[in-house]
Amino acid sequence: MTLIEGLLLKNGRIIDPANAVDRKGDLLIQDGKIVAVSPGGRISRGRHRNLAVYDCAGKWVVPGLIDMHVHLREPGEEYKETVESGTRAAAAGGFTAVACMPNTRPVNDNQSVTRLILEKAQAAAHARVYPVGAISKGSNGETLAEYGEMQQAGIVAISDDGRPVINSQLMRRALEYAGNFNLPVISHAEDPALSRNGVMNEGAISTMLGLRGIPTAAEEIMIFRELALAEYTGRPLHIAHVSTAESVALIRRAKDRGCRVTAETAPHYFTLTEEAVLSYNTLAKMNPPLRTAADVAAIRQGLLDGSLDAIATDHAPHSTMEKEVEFDLAANGIIGLETAVPLTMALVREHGLSPARMVELLSVNPARILGVAGGSLATGRPADVTVIDPELEFCYTEEMVVSKSKNSPFLNQQLKGRAVLTILDGRITFNAAEI
Amino acid sequence: MRPDYRFTHKHILGIDHLSCDDIEHILQVAESFKEISSRSIKKVPTLRGKTVVSLFFEPSTRTRLSFEIAAKRLSADTFAITTASSSATKGESLIDTAKNLEAMNPDIIIMRNAISGSPHLLTRHIKTSVINAGDGTHEHPSQGLLDLMTVKEHKQRIKGLKLAIIGDIAHSRVAHSNIIGFSKMGASVTVSGPATLIPRNVERLGATVCLSVREAIRDADVVMPLRIQMERQNDALLPSFKEYAAFFGINRQTLEAARPDALVMHPGPINRGVELTPDVADGSRSVILDQVANGVAIRMALLYLVLGNA
Ligand SMILES: [Zn+2]
Repeated sequence: MTLIEGLLLKNGRIIDPANAVDRKGDLLIQDGKIVAVSPGGRISRGRHRNLAVYDCAGKWVVPGLIDMHVHLREPGEEYKETVESGTRAAAAGGFTAVACMPNTRPVNDNQSVTRLILEKAQAAAHARVYPVGAISKGSNGETLAEYGEMQQAGIVAISDDGRPVINSQLMRRALEYAGNFNLPVISHAEDPALSRNGVMNEGAISTMLGLRGIPTAAEEIMIFRELALAEYTGRPLHIAHVSTAESVALIRRAKDRGCRVTAETAPHYFTLTEEAVLSYNTLAKMNPPLRTAADVAAIRQGLLDGSLDAIATDHAPHSTMEKEVEFDLAANGIIGLETAVPLTMALVREHGLSPARMVELLSVNPARILGVAGGSLATGRPADVTVIDPELEFCYTEEMVVSKSKNSPFLNQQLKGRAVLTILDGRITFNAAEI
Repeated sequence: MRPDYRFTHKHILGIDHLSCDDIEHILQVAESFKEISSRSIKKVPTLRGKTVVSLFFEPSTRTRLSFEIAAKRLSADTFAITTASSSATKGESLIDTAKNLEAMNPDIIIMRNAISGSPHLLTRHIKTSVINAGDGTHEHPSQGLLDLMTVKEHKQRIKGLKLAIIGDIAHSRVAHSNIIGFSKMGASVTVSGPATLIPRNVERLGATVCLSVREAIRDADVVMPLRIQMERQNDALLPSFKEYAAFFGINRQTLEAARPDALVMHPGPINRGVELTPDVADGSRSVILDQVANGVAIRMALLYLVLGNA
């Protein structure tokens, strides 16, 4: 058996906006690092006799994708997902890193939970895992969690995601205290009094279906508060899963004023409308809920014009026990790691998103916001690389789903564009040719 | 009605999926069944050997009894499962409950459930026919149909009439089914009540919103106050029953704005003196007891038609 000395990706379209590159060329990986990139040129095999060579003609070679908002469910709900299965799904979707939210059981509000997650991640080795610690102990919204200790254990940000921080004073203190550790604060923006008992967007469809609605104002009011606190404290703030047109406008105006705010949306918010709920489809139940066509258009616009910085999946695995039930009783959320690339590719094909902007949204900006490595194909960097085939069409079937849970509204749909090769530290974590 | 019309529904989940022809046909069949209820022997063998199970997750006396009488008059065997709690709090999922029932081969399941869309869930998991006897705040199709039947009996038509529904539109499946049914059949439907109880975009169902009760009732052919529930006070949707009665209740004076021959309907049970004064409820314009009588005929028609397609 010959020892593979490295990987040579040949003739791909190298899209590396961090280094202002978008040209055809080759990329050479050795010892887990990117050792040579030749946009516009070729890298010869040279003395490296035992390179594994991949013909990437017609494909995109991009920095490894980073999903800054996933739920890996471990510890506590391993029947839905584990760090192992979730990161395997990430690799299958083209991601080399994920940031996992702290709403596990127990909550990741202390260093021992953080360490447990990272040990599992290291053992699995399918993707980098960046744990997000809780803002408050138990995410109860009452007292600050130990940011310093959690950061030493490995967290990269804090959030009480899954629920809003109701108490404005606590949110202010979190922003301030996070400053000591340079941790970004991620807000799940929702006014719980307005959204209470709601199960879908409030509007024509909720009225038609007799389902309790969640008004768009529930999100916007809280975003308004978060922006006020971010500006007041001068601290960076990141808004998770933006779903409404007015939220995009609020963030845009705050950025124009110089507020240190960044924001993400999820593929379902630029792909589906509330009409997906018709027929009481619990696979279209999520929080924030799917909104109207006007909101979808505004989200797309926000991604194009920079009001929104990142696409994150909010990957939320649930078993059939939580989903094949009455609509009111069904859990919120859908899996997303394996559909993010094709759904974003639809924006590239149909809505004027440039491939470079797509890479910013799925890699460069998440790395920058979280302050982690990645998002670049510069030589000397760890070789986290994703190869995307923009033309590959496939039917997304339940059998294909790598995640332990299958709760996707996109099942049995024809999708186009997907990751075909995912490389982490120079090692292949997913190869579509092998499935 | 088209000459080649056929009733093809296996389930009755809501009026929203019935066509005008379907509704006409159901009303016709119900009229023909109504005669049976006036016989001295109120029974025909039409559904002999068929099994009808009613699965009620919410307390209900009238609707359950009405369906049961309807089934018995058609000679079906009836069984009732009533549980005050939802299946979830009982520990068994709705799908499991339904699958267990299905294993005993009933011909039809009549379900009432506090959660909107639960009968739709049922039809995705079992093969038995399902009739929705009220799901959450979504629909109550047999009530909508019996209301259409009652109005048609008195007015000989639906088209061109004005129906005013007053009260808690947001939480009323009866209002939903009636808005859809009456507007589908060519009536105009105006809804009124406290703005806190008017659902957003209710116009999309076919209703016009009018916040003045008096204006809503003006020239109406049918006035339908809805039952107002005590919980609405606790949810900060209403200050008090006293204020509700004064500003949104239907009494002799407010009724003056309606057409002189206007009908007064109510899905029951009535909070007398709150949404409706006793003199109006029992007055000459009230057709509330006709509604109850027609309920049996409509439910006979639904059982007969659905089983004809099972
Ligand atoms: Zn969230």
